[in-house]
Amino acid sequence: MSSAGPEAHGAGAIRPAIAMRALEKWYGTRDAPVHALSPTDLDIPEGELLVLLGPSGCGKTTMLRMIGGLIEPTAGELTIEGAPLWRGGARQNQALGQLGMVFQDANLFPWLTIEDNIALPLEFKGVGRAERMAKAAELTKLVGIAGFEKRWPKELSGGMRQRAAIARALSYDPEILLMDEPFGALDAMTRDAMNLELQRIWLATRKTIVLVTHSIGEAVFLADRIVMLSPRPGRIDTIVEVDLPRPRSPDTQGLPAFQALVKRLRDRLAVIS
Amino acid sequence: MLERSPLSAAARQADTQGPAEPVAWPRERWLPWVTTPLLVAALIGAWHVYVVAAKVSPFILPSPGSVWTAWVEMLWSPRAWVHVRMTVYATLLGFAWALVIGVGLGVLIGRLRWLEVTLNPFIVATQVIPKVALVPLFVVWFGFGITSKVIVAAVLAFFPILTNTVLGVKSIDAGHRDVVTSLNASRWQIFRRLELPSALPYILTGMEVGIVLAIIGAIVGEYLGGSTGLGALMIAKMNAYETDALFAVILHMTLLGFLFYFAIGALRRLLIPWHQSASR
Repeated sequence: MSSAGPEAHGAGAIRPAIAMRALEKWYGTRDAPVHALSPTDLDIPEGELLVLLGPSGCGKTTMLRMIGGLIEPTAGELTIEGAPLWRGGARQNQALGQLGMVFQDANLFPWLTIEDNIALPLEFKGVGRAERMAKAAELTKLVGIAGFEKRWPKELSGGMRQRAAIARALSYDPEILLMDEPFGALDAMTRDAMNLELQRIWLATRKTIVLVTHSIGEAVFLADRIVMLSPRPGRIDTIVEVDLPRPRSPDTQGLPAFQALVKRLRDRLAVIS
Repeated sequence: MLERSPLSAAARQADTQGPAEPVAWPRERWLPWVTTPLLVAALIGAWHVYVVAAKVSPFILPSPGSVWTAWVEMLWSPRAWVHVRMTVYATLLGFAWALVIGVGLGVLIGRLRWLEVTLNPFIVATQVIPKVALVPLFVVWFGFGITSKVIVAAVLAFFPILTNTVLGVKSIDAGHRDVVTSLNASRWQIFRRLELPSALPYILTGMEVGIVLAIIGAIVGEYLGGSTGLGALMIAKMNAYETDALFAVILHMTLLGFLFYFAIGALRRLLIPWHQSASR
């Protein structure tokens, strides 16, 4: 779908997967405006796992939801795989089709089985049932819930539901996966397991991933690059490259480089929030 | 499609424990099957003993035995079935109207805030009117035929269906909305796959209340107008001092109520097997 293949990876002036130019968002009324995101420039290259980190109110979720087309920017430009997302107040299908979203809650429809949930985006796009079910079966294997295709969402645990939500976002093979605190509602153990799983899925699919979190450990564990935002008004505060080797394992968290990075980010977070 | 890393097997263990399996046949499930027949038998026994011991006049309280005889007699009387058919017809027709108008208007009110604000005072006003008090008016306007009964049944069944539909449409999960928005689903797709299934459990609850009210509406309508229907039959039995037959008619009505109520329950299990209300 995208013209920039994997061979373009790491090259100099290639087109980014996501490009923001003076992207800005105001909320609220004329009398009490809130500057959720002050004008921001950011390029996210193909295949990067970028984490948006910051205290509440820093605009990280606003930024993600703008990229996902759920919130219209007040000003600025936003292009997805080279195509503008908004034009004249309307979302553009070409850009939108490159985006898959995963939310804090799995948001599976309880009246659809797991496979129908996963294949729902394909149903909306008019794909036939046989093809949808084949794709759903393939994706349940990828995210590790094979055998649960015919179950109702309520029969699955929280972690498994979130896996199904990731599969749903991947069903139409978008280039970009947007994740809004995807494991924030899970318990600590499941959350660690899901971080490992996300890394595995990412290494297998090589999608561009933008993930929002307020957990520093999660950010350092997952990210190629961390963008830390600060509040009032929301803006980019620090950008940190994470050079830890992959695949990362629970042992990675014991590395001095890991801990140094966590400390650095924690200290900075204490200053800005 | 992909090789599973050894990591994922360990990772999976942490989050694959689903909800605990329920006990196959817990006490809450079998207990009513034992207690209900026992309590009913005890009640009938006490009734019988009271009637015999206190020598109650059969015009006031007939014995369970004579009620049973009258009821069996009713079962075999073609004339009684004409009344049953009439009541069923008025109930179902009224209920159908209530369903169509209640769901249709409910979806509109749930979606359009201005319509809700505009209609709300009238909805509250019509809810608090004792609607049964309007029955004589309906008889005056629509005559002694079936129309007045259908309208009473419809008016009574309408409100629970309307209010539950509004509630259902308004309680669509914001996260679910985000999903269909980010997928750029069409208006029809959103209705078919999100709004309708979201609202269905609420609509069915409204129907459950509504169908029982529709029977009441039909019967009350029959009390006042016309000569057919179980309500009219009751009035006839009352005037004839056939108290045992009166009880038999009440039994008929009760069974009719159960039948409709369970029909909605079956509909619930058919339409929303995924919802917890379907598995009670």
